[in-house]
Amino acid sequence: MAGHVVVITSGKGGVGKTTTTANLAMALAQMGRRVVAIDADIGLRNLDVVLGLENRIVYDLVNVAEGACKLRQALIKDKRCDTLHLLPAAQTRDKTAITPDQMKTITAELKEEFDYVLVDSPAGIEQGFKNAIAGADAALIVTTPEVSAVRDADRIIGFLESSELHDPRLIINRVRPEMVRRGDMLSIDDVLEILSIELIGVIPDDEGIIVSTNRGEPVVLDPHSTSGQAYREIARRLEGESVPIVPPTPVADGWLGRLRRLIGLQSR
Amino acid sequence: MLDFLQRLLGRESERPSKEQAKERLRLVLVHDRANLSDDLLPALKDELLAVLSKYMEIDENELRVQLAQEDSQVALVANIPIRRIRRAAGFSHQGAGR
Repeated sequence: MAGHVVVITSGKGGVGKTTTTANLAMALAQMGRRVVAIDADIGLRNLDVVLGLENRIVYDLVNVAEGACKLRQALIKDKRCDTLHLLPAAQTRDKTAITPDQMKTITAELKEEFDYVLVDSPAGIEQGFKNAIAGADAALIVTTPEVSAVRDADRIIGFLESSELHDPRLIINRVRPEMVRRGDMLSIDDVLEILSIELIGVIPDDEGIIVSTNRGEPVVLDPHSTSGQAYREIARRLEGESVPIVPPTPVADGWLGRLRRLIGLQSR
Repeated sequence: MLDFLQRLLGRESERPSKEQAKERLRLVLVHDRANLSDDLLPALKDELLAVLSKYMEIDENELRVQLAQEDSQVALVANIPIRRIRRAAGFSHQGAGR
């Protein structure tokens, strides 16, 4: 049976598309699914380093599109989880090096062999984004609870709709529960009210992500990580499991916070 | 701690910043969505014209439909020059005219 091609996109840069792609790919692969992650950000390749596979690249997406190598030859198999593969972006070319039609052909070929083809989209709404969504069956939109990211997500939702890619699902990344509690960060409900699309997961802001990226080990490999847990739950939702979405809660804030709340200096 | 001092000094009455974020997003998205969809305003204009024409004769060339921002809300402002109003019988819902 043919697999699913899922594009991970956002509009705004730096909201966590690549980290999300890497972690969902790893989480799905650890569930035994055959997964290939495609880095569609040609010229600004990064999924390889986030996955820790940067030293093993021989061929890339552009080589495949141009027929310089076989698709198989360009796939890098992950040593930690042998059902996970990476199709890296070219670093020395730009986004015009491939076309939406070529992406369609490549993703169509991959989904014959894999359960999931995850496409890490570049930021922006230009050719690179159009390439990334070309062969997709579904889209995940990553945003953070910030005005700029939410605005760009809204624009992307509009673009996806006009590209006939319906019902995208939303991942709200880098949520800081303490800031939400004191009214200094848009809450999950605020973001959903504004964007009115379906939510598939909420990732708490987590320093562990930076550490895991430093090491090239997706945070889902750490069983104790809260963000890793959130990514694993999204992977299960992609699989069709019904896993309730629980917004991150503030960690205990010590005696000072409790005292402040007690004497009514802090709301809630 | 700074937070605590600010609250003591009475700055807590300030509106939470997320309320501002929400309000600003709401306004900016009205414009974004209206302007980015090239055919939204023209389509709206055509449909308005179709409805209004049942009741009155409109000067199509002078018809203007646009968004205008006033403080905290965006309004749809239409300037619709009327040439002539049709007789009441023509648009009676009960069909009393004929």
